[in-house]
This record gives sequence, structure tokens and C-alpha cells, in this order.
Amino acid sequence: MWSEKERQELDKILEKYPPDRKMSAVLPALYVVQRRKNYLTDDDIKDVAEALDVTVTHVHSVIGFYTLFRKEPTGKYMVQVCTDLPCALRGAEDFYHRLCERMEIGSHGGTTDDDLFTVEGVVCIAACDKAPCMQINLEFFESLTDDQIDEVIKRLRQGESLTAVAANY
Amino acid sequence: MSKVLDRHLIFRHRDIENIQNIDTYIKDDGYSALKKALKEMKPVDVTNEVKSAGLRGRGGAGFPAGVKWSFIPKDIFPKYVVVNADESEPGTFKDREIMEKNPHLLLEGIALCAYAVGASASYIYGRGEFLSTFRPLQQAIDDAYKHGFLGENILGSGFSLDIRLHLGAGAYICGEETALLNSLEGLMGQPRNRPPFPAVAGLYAKPTVINNVETLSGVPYIILNGIDAYRKYGTDRSPGTKIFSLSGRVNRPGNYELPLGTPLRHLVEECGGGVIDGKQVKGILPSGAASSIMGGDKLDTHLDYESMVEAGSMLGSGSVIILDETINGVWAAKKNIDFFRHESCGKCSPCREGTHWLKSVYTKIVDGHGTKQDVDMLGTIIGQMEGNCFCPLGEFVVPGVRTSLGLYMDEYLEMVAGNEEASQPQKDLIHTFF
Repeated sequence: MWSEKERQELDKILEKYPPDRKMSAVLPALYVVQRRKNYLTDDDIKDVAEALDVTVTHVHSVIGFYTLFRKEPTGKYMVQVCTDLPCALRGAEDFYHRLCERMEIGSHGGTTDDDLFTVEGVVCIAACDKAPCMQINLEFFESLTDDQIDEVIKRLRQGESLTAVAANY
Repeated sequence: MSKVLDRHLIFRHRDIENIQNIDTYIKDDGYSALKKALKEMKPVDVTNEVKSAGLRGRGGAGFPAGVKWSFIPKDIFPKYVVVNADESEPGTFKDREIMEKNPHLLLEGIALCAYAVGASASYIYGRGEFLSTFRPLQQAIDDAYKHGFLGENILGSGFSLDIRLHLGAGAYICGEETALLNSLEGLMGQPRNRPPFPAVAGLYAKPTVINNVETLSGVPYIILNGIDAYRKYGTDRSPGTKIFSLSGRVNRPGNYELPLGTPLRHLVEECGGGVIDGKQVKGILPSGAASSIMGGDKLDTHLDYESMVEAGSMLGSGSVIILDETINGVWAAKKNIDFFRHESCGKCSPCREGTHWLKSVYTKIVDGHGTKQDVDMLGTIIGQMEGNCFCPLGEFVVPGVRTSLGLYMDEYLEMVAGNEEASQPQKDLIHTFF
């Protein structure tokens, strides 16, 4: 069910598109409902389908196509480290594996035991000159050393807000 | 870094502090081009000016922007300007800097384009990862509305324009313009058949101009200062300046705005501070993962559309990735194949299957189990992909593999040396697959 606040947000989104083109709002609407649990449930998907007059199947096809939507639970913070060629040329792969090991989730990504962090290697995030780089819940963290990322993780663990931490990097 | 430009045309934020603020932007002649166009020029004059200035698409294809605008039919409404800010090619990070540091330049460019083609609505389509980039951009849009540069009846001219932001959700293919349109309509971002071209039937089947962020950001300078001033920069056939995103094994990776026609060596050595630890350049990928790789001996090639083609590659979006002698050429090619495999949209089988098999074979070779037959197989696969993919993104896979095989064959052979050739290569690969 849409909360009052979500409904207002959706109405504002819908204003962007012609009245008979509500389907254009599928991606932005999915972002709104994905914030509820950090992943998408069947109910969330139904909400979007009903609000935009599209089929549930259509919404599923869209979710499957794009990488930023998830149907499985993840940690509260999605830590996405770029390991594409330009970043890998500057040591990003090793950086990523070392980070995973320090977070005790094996060397190839996963979710920490406290369900706070999901770490994964991703493709290009348009910060190739500032490798190693990553996004945490889509906030950029760039030109990182091991110590710096450990500090970021520590501050988030202590409950600091992501926006406050991101402002320092 | 030696100074080639007396002033930046696009990266004006590097000359003027705080130009992301609308007041600072206005003081630096910001929105003067829009004022001039609305007051003194007919829409067709704006298009003709951009055409004569020779501004070419900066997203990769290099198609003349003014010519693209002139394809828009006059008698069909509404029309749209869609801005391609789906910057996702590995090695490309220029549009993000423009949007974050000099957003009003882009907005003014969009307004000029919309005025030229008669559009009253525009969408900036950014990749989902640009959430934090879009926050200040939305602020800039709000400020532009407050100052009367956007909205109804702009500066009393009768021309109206709304600019809206739309975030994608993680799909490289959406940089292909028709896939972008599908995504903006709420569909999977898969490319459309052409014709009809977007100029005739684009967003919501209406006439649509789609231009890259950097292309539109180049327009205000042209309109304000004229064709001759713009053509002072660059070459006759590639006029103006271009942002080059330099990455990889150099000391100072970053974005650099240079006149087109500047030697590659200047970008790498003067701007980028040369190769890390003074090593030799082994390979140059001048247009991101989609590049035909150039050998280190091509450093004296000039960075313009024509010279790069003559040298066997292309200028593309100007994302120059440098490999040095410490880097294994096979590994580098595999990294890009991993990317393309991940990003193939699945619509056509040559790309979907081709990237799958390329990844399987590359993995086998890099893991040390490959044979000479596998190396030959790479050539066979790209041969079957070339010319058969539905959209350019599938075709982008081919040149990187082909040039990698050409330049670094000794490394491929070294990696497979001593491994026995399988009597049934297909079966062997299927085994890798499952």
C-alpha cells in the first residue's frame, strides 16, 4: 500500500510525463517502493502496476532488465565497487578482494553477518579517474585507500548518516 | 600541464569559481546566448549556425548536430529534446563533471536546441548511478525557472520550455538512443528498429532530438560568439574543443578539454603526466571499451575524428584508456568482454550468444586451460557477430577483440602454450558453459 508521503511523491513524478504516458514512471516509481525494504516484494510490484495501469508481468520484466532493482533482501548499505578495466588498471580488483576479506564475506562479495553491508563488484560507474571508486547506496566514494574505506564502514556501523559520511569523500 | 586553451569552452568551471551558481554563471555571460537567440534569431538561424560551426555529436558517433536538428519535421507536435546523460562506457566520465560543475551551460544548450527545433519539453536521461549528480542539477533547473530562463514564455519571447530529469536504473544499452527512448517510456531498454528514426518518431512516437550532454553544452558558445570564434579551435572537419577522459596507467588521470586535432601524445604526456613509473605505452583504447586498440607507436596520432579513423581506430566519446607494458593484453581484452557480456541486452542472438561465448573462451584462456584452437575460436566468434548485431553496441565488441588478437597474439599463444588441442573443441567449450 502506498503511504500518504509516497503517494505525494508519486504524484509529483507523474507530473513529469504526459497524462496518457503513466508507464514512463515505472523506473522512478520502483525506486520509491524499493526504499521500503531495500528490495522489492510482490506487494511493492503490485502497487506500482496498479498505480501506473500496467501489468504485474510488465513490471517484473523491467525489474529483471535493470541492475539497480532487487527482489532479494540485501544489507542496509549496498557497497558497489567498480572493477572494470580502467579501474582494474589502477588496482581496483585487489582493492575489492581485500575489502571483502576484511569484511569477512569471502573474496567475491556478499552480505555481512549483521546484514548491514552487501558488497559487490560492479561495472563502470563513471569515476574511472578516481579509482578505486565505489558507490554506497548510490553515493560516490572516490580515490580510496584501504584505511579510508575502513573508516567509512566504521562510521556507518556507528550509525552516522550516509549523507554525512559521503560529504567527507 | 601546458596550456593549450586560452579559455575553456565547456569546462568553464575550471576558469571561474562557483559557476554552478546561477548568479556567477550569468555574470560570465551565461544565458546571453539564449537571450541573443530569442531576441535576434529565428529558430532556423540557430540550427544553421550550429551546422556551419561544424559541431559534431560528442557521445561517440560524431554526427553533425545541426544536421540532426534539421531532420525534425516542422508540422508535427509536440516535439522533444532528449539529453543522453547515460554515461556508461568504461573510461567515460566527462558528462558527470559538466552536470555537476557547470550545469547551467547544459541547460542553456538544451534551451537553444529546443528553440531551434520547436520543442517545448525536454528530458535529461541519466544513468541510475547519477542520483547524487542529479540533485544539484535539479537545483540548477529550479534556479533557471526562477530567473525566467525556463518555463512559460521565456524572457517574454513566447517560447516555453520545461526540462525534467529522469533516472535510468543500471543498463549500458540505454546509451543507445532508441533503447534510451524505450527506457524513458517505461519499457525494457532494448533498441528499436530504424527507420523510423527518432527525428521523425522518437519519444512517444513524436519528433525527437537526442544529443549527448557535451554536444548540447557546446552550443551556447557558438551562438554567442559565432562560427569563426568556434572554428578557431580544432581542425577544419573537426572544429571546436572536446573533453577527453584519460584513465588507466597514467600519472594524472582526469578530464581534459582540448582543441580537436591535439596530438594524443600531448594528452598522455603533458596532461596526464606520462605513464606510471616511466613505463612504455603498450596500448591505447581511445574510445573506451568499444575501441579498436592502438599500439603505443600511435601516440603521435591527432585527436580528431578523421585522423583517428585513418590510424585504424575512432575518436568516439574521447575516453582514452592507457595500457602500459606491465599489463597483459589478453587480460585487458577479457575485462572488456566481461563488461559487454554483462551489458548485452539480450535482444539479438549475435550479441547475446556472441558475448557469452567470448567470455567462456576468454575465461578458459586466462585461467590457463586454453588451446590454440580457442584463440582461433575468438576470431571465429567475432566474425559471426560483425555486421549481424541489431544495434551498434553489439558491433562495439568486435574491434577490441580483433585488434587485441592482432597486437598481442604472442601473449595469447604464450598463455595457451603446452596445452593439448582438444579433439572436440565444441564439446570442450560446452563443458565450460555448464
